[in-house]
Amino acid sequence: MLADKDRIFTNLYGLHDWGLKGARARGAWDGTKAILDKGRDGIVNDVKASGLRGRGGAGFPTGLKWSFMPKKSDGRPHYLVVNADESEPGTCKDREIMRHDPHLLIEGCLIAGCAMAANTGYIYIRGEFIRERERLQAAIDQAYQAKLIGKNNVHGWDFDLYLHHGAGAYICGEETALLESLEGKKGQPRLKPPFPANVGLYGCPTTVQNVESIAAVPDIMRRGAAWFAGIGRPNNTGTKLFCISGHVMKPCNVEEAMGIPLPELLERHAGGVRGGWDNLLAVIPGGSSMPLVPAGSDQADTLLMDFDGCRDKKSALGTAAVIVMDKSTDIVRAMTRISYFYKHESCGQCTPCREGMGWMWRVLTRMVEGRAQKREIDMLMQVTTQIEGHTICAFGDGAAWPVQGLLRHFRPEIERRIDEYSRNADAHGAVREAAE
Amino acid sequence: MSVRRLAPPEMQPKEFAFSKDNLAWAKQQVAKYPEGRQQSAVILLLWRAQEQVGCWLPEAAIRYVADFLGMAHIRGLEIATFYTMFNLAPVGKVHVQLCGTTPCRLRGADEIEKVCRNRIGDQNHVTADGKFSWVEVECLGACVNAPMVQIGSDYYEDLTAESFGKVLDQFAAGKKPKPGPQTDRQLSAPAGGPTTLTDKSIYAARSRE
Ligand SMILES: Cc1cc2nc3c(=O)[nH]c(=O)nc-3n(C[C@H](O)[C@H](O)[C@H](O)COP(=O)(O)O)c2cc1C
Ligand code: SF4
Ligand code: FES
Repeated sequence: MLADKDRIFTNLYGLHDWGLKGARARGAWDGTKAILDKGRDGIVNDVKASGLRGRGGAGFPTGLKWSFMPKKSDGRPHYLVVNADESEPGTCKDREIMRHDPHLLIEGCLIAGCAMAANTGYIYIRGEFIRERERLQAAIDQAYQAKLIGKNNVHGWDFDLYLHHGAGAYICGEETALLESLEGKKGQPRLKPPFPANVGLYGCPTTVQNVESIAAVPDIMRRGAAWFAGIGRPNNTGTKLFCISGHVMKPCNVEEAMGIPLPELLERHAGGVRGGWDNLLAVIPGGSSMPLVPAGSDQADTLLMDFDGCRDKKSALGTAAVIVMDKSTDIVRAMTRISYFYKHESCGQCTPCREGMGWMWRVLTRMVEGRAQKREIDMLMQVTTQIEGHTICAFGDGAAWPVQGLLRHFRPEIERRIDEYSRNADAHGAVREAAE
Repeated sequence: MSVRRLAPPEMQPKEFAFSKDNLAWAKQQVAKYPEGRQQSAVILLLWRAQEQVGCWLPEAAIRYVADFLGMAHIRGLEIATFYTMFNLAPVGKVHVQLCGTTPCRLRGADEIEKVCRNRIGDQNHVTADGKFSWVEVECLGACVNAPMVQIGSDYYEDLTAESFGKVLDQFAAGKKPKPGPQTDRQLSAPAGGPTTLTDKSIYAARSRE
């Protein structure tokens, strides 16, 4: 288990003072000037060496992303944008950082801003997080007052930080939709290229980064890249906030080392699966967009909770939102509800996504009752592959994958329901509408 | 996609203007964005307008905010219909937003939904006294405290049919129940107490440095 001394988020549960005084006592804002004095290349190299990969879902190497920002300014300002939209079902970690450890995020913004030559940062928080927004704004005000950020601050890098909020649209978590929304438009993703590092917010070089990624940076810089890189496995380094929801005895958020085996994560912190490990049906390891991993010795039993570990089971770490389902779960209904989520949240600009989401949801809704034909299972699979990779943004993939996971692992269950439905229909003398 | 339309004309107030305080506040918000980019503030201002009216956003307010920011009205209308937190018709004073996404469903959102139906009625229906309404929303980002609802600015978490009933009772009595977990749990820590951050020395050590 990760030792307490190696944890970054030491106020995860809000037991201590979130304010500047408390944050300082826990180590925040310590030696920040010396960190900035390392300069752009110094900071970027350390973040690269730490192996930090984005905590917002895609896992892109953070230091590398910062290095894409133009080396010389062409007169356009650079922007740091923090993605605090946190809307991926299962995910509730950035909320804890913003309400309990906001100064780590603010300090991280300053360091990241310096590393990409940005004098302005925007934090885009989802609209529903009203209390979190109030808290974070109060912390930003504290930082301004203490001259930790702002113009002519004690750290020597001018940096203004503004809080902006959304109003209920999952798609605004996609980075280019977020930028559109920040510009005061509908949150509809942009075609890439151009990438935000060249043409981002207001047409200027921009880097969008998840809250947890940014908030991890001050500790990485303070304790050294080697410390962070020494936790977890190569290519999967550091600590990570896991959100454990669903059918465990004690759902919770917890910071753990990357690569922790799933059974250990659940047993140690969440009181185990309801009814014991053998009662596990399936787990979604990385938020609703990722394929489920079923129980079994070559599946969930041996799942290591990091990027490569999840990929080995044909899923992905995503946001590390672990959704646990025990054997009492109606798995088809559970996945159909996820499908409904995507239908509800599609921004509607690409046809495969806009039409495909509703189509998949309607077919799945029938499959919950078995009111379908077996050949529709293959047809559904085929439709997911026609959506995946054929849309402007990764929302299409994220909606296709959970359905693919269901069909890959629970096809017999769907077939069983279809058989049962038609048997009942026969028994009642009804037309065999659902049989083959 | 969800299709959202404005409330019918007979329901719409003729006019809207920001209060003096809100007007001053709005000017500050606009200053967060670069010259000529005042449109960026549109969601912030529409949200404030909705709060001023009292939980819904009339067409007059949308037009007012668009004018304030120098935007075409249609752009303002686009924003108001795209973002689901804008209520395009009046809701109850106590508007329950019930999370219905899978992690909450796995832990009993069905039961909470039943309470809503029994006590308030159908979705989007306002009780005769204008007090209560409810709507099913998507994941509110508090899944380890499922099932949960948002009422006003606050989250009510770790609900059971019984504890949620009590929350509604208190609202009905004109009181404001305590937000957060409705069990004795510490926010998102495991019930019964944290399994981590128990080594007190980490707090002492860091403050000495
Ligand atoms: C549909 C969709 C929703 C997303 N939602 C979020 C989100 O809520 N928060 C987040 O940090 N990243 C989200 N992302 C990922 C962002 O596009 C982006 O990759 C991320 O913010 C980059 O930060 P990171 O490298 O620090 O992870 C989403 C992506 C997609 C396609
Ligand atoms: S994939 Fe869906 S959400 Fe993404 S741009 Fe296309 S329609 Fe919008
Ligand atoms: S699913 Fe209900 S808060 Fe996330």
